[in-house]
Amino acid sequence: MNKPLSNPKLTRPKPRKQYWNEPTLGWYEKAFIFEIVRGLMITGGVFFSNMGKWLTGRKGALTAYYPEEVRADYSPNNRGRHVLTTRPNGEVQCVACNLCATICPAYCIEIVAAPNRAEPAHPKSPLRFEIDYARCIFCGFCVEACPEDAIRMAKEVPELPGFDRDAMWGKVDMLKGWQPARDPLKSYPVAAPATPPKAQP
Amino acid sequence: MMGDLLVHGLFMLYVIAFLMGMATIFTWVERKQSALMSDRIGANRAYIRIPFTQVKLVWMGLFHGLADGAKMLLKENFTPATYDRFCYHLAPWLVAVPVLVVFAVIPFGGALQPGHLFSAEWFPGLAAAFGDRSYPMQIASLDAGILFVLAISGIGILGTMLAGWSSNNKFSMLGAARAASQMISYEIAMGLALIAMVVTYGTLDLNQMVQWQQQGVWGIFVQPLAFLLFLTAAIAENKRVPFDLPECESELISGYFTEYTSMKMGLFLLSEFIEVVVISALVVTLFFGGYSVPWLTAGGFVFPGGGTWELPHLVVVVLQVLAFTVKVFIVGCFQIQVRWTLPRFRFDQLMDLGWKFLLPLAAANLVITAIVHWALL
Repeated sequence: MNKPLSNPKLTRPKPRKQYWNEPTLGWYEKAFIFEIVRGLMITGGVFFSNMGKWLTGRKGALTAYYPEEVRADYSPNNRGRHVLTTRPNGEVQCVACNLCATICPAYCIEIVAAPNRAEPAHPKSPLRFEIDYARCIFCGFCVEACPEDAIRMAKEVPELPGFDRDAMWGKVDMLKGWQPARDPLKSYPVAAPATPPKAQP
Repeated sequence: MMGDLLVHGLFMLYVIAFLMGMATIFTWVERKQSALMSDRIGANRAYIRIPFTQVKLVWMGLFHGLADGAKMLLKENFTPATYDRFCYHLAPWLVAVPVLVVFAVIPFGGALQPGHLFSAEWFPGLAAAFGDRSYPMQIASLDAGILFVLAISGIGILGTMLAGWSSNNKFSMLGAARAASQMISYEIAMGLALIAMVVTYGTLDLNQMVQWQQQGVWGIFVQPLAFLLFLTAAIAENKRVPFDLPECESELISGYFTEYTSMKMGLFLLSEFIEVVVISALVVTLFFGGYSVPWLTAGGFVFPGGGTWELPHLVVVVLQVLAFTVKVFIVGCFQIQVRWTLPRFRFDQLMDLGWKFLLPLAAANLVITAIVHWALL
C-alpha cells in the first residue's frame, strides 16, 4: 500500500515565483479624477504643442504626405522603383534576353525584342519594356537575374497613386534615367573600340 | 401674431442649423483633434472642386463630413433576413429625434426685442410691428425646463433597446442590454446632480438659471462636484469612450446598430454628435453661465468698478449668441479630449462607478446642498 505522504515538501509545493505586482489602487487612483486630470494634461500637452507647430507654419506630425513628399529615411538598399540603366549614348543597356521576365514571380515584366542593327555589339534591344506596377511585388529577382546590369531598383518608391490600374505601367521612358557612367559605385566599363564582326568569306 | 410666428420660426431654423452645423463640425474636430493628440495629420484629402476650374478647396479636410454624409445616403439600404419591420425602422428616429427636441428648452441667447434691433429710421416697419415686445431666445420657454430635458432624453434609451431587439442579432441584443442598463444607471446619478442644481438656483427654468448666474457667479463655482457628476453621467448617457460598452467594436461589432446600414446607421452616428452638442449646451447653461457674458447686461457692459459701456441691442444679442456658441464649442472639444484620452471601462467597473461611486456622491451632494440652503436661507 502506498504510504501517506508525510513530507511537507512533497505535499505542499513551493509557492510559485510571482512575476507581477498585484494591481493595488490607493485612494488616489480610486478617486479617478486625479489620474484622469493627469492623462488629460498629457494628451492636452501633446495637442497644444502640435497645434503651436501647425500655427507657426511647421508640421506638427510625423506623417509624410505620401505622394507629395518623399520620405527622407528610405534605406539606400530599399527596393523601390525600377531603373533601366543607359549607355553613354542614351540607349538602354537591356539586351531583351527575357531573363527578368522569366524569373519574375508576379509575371509583371513584358518585353518585346527587336533587332538593333545600328549597334553591332548589342544587336538585340527591347522594343517594349513594361512593368505592371499593379502586380509587381518588389522582390528584386529581376535585378539579380539580369546579366547586363540593365535593371536596378532605386530607393524611391514609384509614383503609384492614381485612379486607374491600367495607368500603373512603368514604360521605358519612365524607367530610364540612370547613367552608370555617372555612378561612382558601379561605373560603366570603359568600352573597347567596337570591332565589327568579320564578314563571312 | 404673424410676428410671433416669424420670430419663433427663425428661432427653430437657427436651432436646427446650429445643431446640425455644430454636429458636422464636431465630426471634423474629432478627427483633427485626435490626430493632433497622436502626432498625426488627420483627414485632409476630401475636396470640393469649383466647377469648370481646377481650383480644389480642401480647407483642412473640412469636407470629409460632407463626403461621409453623401456616402451614408448613397449606400445600399441593407436589412437583415429576419427582423421586426416596424421597430427596426422606428429605432433610428427614436434615437435621433429626442436629442434634437431636448434643445428646445435651452436658451441660446438673452431676450430679443425685434423692434429695437435696428434703428427705427432704417426699418420703421420693424419697430412699428414689434414695438417693445421681447422674446426669450429659446424655442419653448417652459417652466419645467430641466424636467423636460430629463424626460425627453430618457426616450433615447427606448430607441437603442428597440434597435438592438428588432435586428434579431445576438450582438445587437447584447449591445442593447448593455446600453439600457448603462443609460438607466447613469440617468439616476445625472438626475440627482441636476436636482442639486435645481435646489441651488431655486428654479426649473433654464433661462432663469442663466439669469441667476449672470447676477451672481457661474454654477461651476457654486457646485463643482455636481459639475463633475453631471459631465460624467452625461458622457455615459452618450455612450462614448470611456463608456462605449454598448457599441464596442472589438467585442460587439457595433453593438445595437450592428445590423443598420446607410443613413439609418448615419442617424445613430449623427445623433451621437448632436448629443455632444446638446450635452455641451446643457453643461454651459447649468454651470458656465449659458449665454451670459461677464458684466454684460441688456443695456451694455456694467463693470464692477462703476464704469459702463452702452451698446446697441443688436450688438448685445450677437455677443450673447456668440458667447453661447463659443462656450458650447469649448466644452465639446473638452468632451472629445476626454474621449481620446481615456481607455474603456470593463462592464463591472462601469456599474461600480455608476452605482457605488457617482450615486452616493450625488446623493451626498444633494443632501449637503439642501442643508446649506435650509440653514442659510
